[in-house]
Amino acid sequence: MRRYILSFICLFFLSTFAFSQDHGHDHNDGHGHEQQATTDPHEEGCGHIEEGEFNPGATAFHHISDQNIYNIGPFSLPLPCMLYAPENGWSFFSSGKFHTDDHGHGNGHVAVEGYVLVGGMVHNIRDNSFPDGEVEINNHGFHTTITLEDGKEKEVNAICYNDRLWAVDARSTADGGVFGGGITSFYDFSLTKNVVAMLIVFALMAWLFFSVAKAYKNRAGMAPKGVQTLMETLFVFIQDEVAKPFLGHKWEKFLPFLMSLFFFILGLNLFGQIPIFGGSNVTGNIAVTLVLAVITFFVVNLNGNKNYWEHIFWMPGVPAWVKTILTPVEILGVFIKPVTLTLRLFANITAGHMVIVIFVGLIFMFGKGQWGASLGTAVGSTVLTMFMMSIELLVAFIQAFVFTILTASYIGAATEEAHH
Amino acid sequence: MFGSITAIGMGLAVIGAGIGIGQIGGKAMEAIARQPEAVGDIRANMILMAALVEGAALIAIVIAFLSNNP
Repeated sequence: MRRYILSFICLFFLSTFAFSQDHGHDHNDGHGHEQQATTDPHEEGCGHIEEGEFNPGATAFHHISDQNIYNIGPFSLPLPCMLYAPENGWSFFSSGKFHTDDHGHGNGHVAVEGYVLVGGMVHNIRDNSFPDGEVEINNHGFHTTITLEDGKEKEVNAICYNDRLWAVDARSTADGGVFGGGITSFYDFSLTKNVVAMLIVFALMAWLFFSVAKAYKNRAGMAPKGVQTLMETLFVFIQDEVAKPFLGHKWEKFLPFLMSLFFFILGLNLFGQIPIFGGSNVTGNIAVTLVLAVITFFVVNLNGNKNYWEHIFWMPGVPAWVKTILTPVEILGVFIKPVTLTLRLFANITAGHMVIVIFVGLIFMFGKGQWGASLGTAVGSTVLTMFMMSIELLVAFIQAFVFTILTASYIGAATEEAHH
Repeated sequence: MFGSITAIGMGLAVIGAGIGIGQIGGKAMEAIARQPEAVGDIRANMILMAALVEGAALIAIVIAFLSNNP
């Protein structure tokens, strides 16, 4: 028992160490930059980047965002990049070509075909006169300027090359600029960290379920054994607590869908909790949860019967003037349901990941590079982080369960027979 | 983000959700004390209701967060 506790604590400090190394460099680099700025001819024309105070919010966002490299501890593994720019066509290469620095910032020191890697993410250099092929650049992060565009303040990021600042674009996002994105000069179809994590979880799940299914075939009539016991508990729980009470006699038809949802979300939630394995934040990515909710939306509304649509458009048993208010509200409700599903899962998982990063970030806020203060805060924030992680373990199960139970209740409401 | 009026909006949203989820949790405890044999059903419904209340609060928080971006 003592051995387990000891190894657990070691593992935890190791992961904290990997993180702190990453940001310890941040501070060392802060001084390094200033010296380099005066000696490095490349930086002369642009000035150096101002390294401000440690910003916990920005650090947390950097750590929970999707990336084009896969960080395990201090190592960055390259991932394939598939990029499309309407002006230049397709580009395929490995993100190892960017030659990232080795301490986890994800800043590439080489520009490839007009693309640069900053903070782990691929950006496109807007100006087409930038030389093609592989070009050595001096990448210490962005030079950010704020410009006015249509009466709105907009941040423009730039990198330094050949004594000049080159404006860069982030990848296009489908949110219409709600989260500060929108359609930019290129599209990123790469296998990013999130996609790789999703594929790993997919492979794990497939292996787990095929082996359990085989065990049921081989050991028919016998008591379950090993991992079979665990999966049977979860499976029967969802079947008896979610599918049967909410779906009535149609539960068998929707059981595969509910099970896929539950185990997909649970698997990704739990995979994202492993601190040393990239800490991917797949279910904390709004695109992933949105797609899940859209699938639910179609399953609910394509299976909706006459009774369901009648209750939306012409609620029986209420006066006509109430219907004029009720119908728009019910129609809105059809679309608000998937929106809340999206936001609930996204916000819960994102908040959990952010809180953990910020607790570790406390070391750098209070320590400020001094040994005693850092060590004292490190002990405190380790305890807080462990507490938070155990809560997150609970949240991983609860959110997977809630997503499934709400889906089941929406499907149940849509397929219910009339009984009045 | 820090120190802006958005923080007040987020805080207000959380107060509402806190009252709502507190009520649900308290009533569920009462119900379990009255009828310990129905604990499974009560727990499942409690989580479902808490999730619905939380959804409203999360929408408020996300909108507060988005309206913060100029």
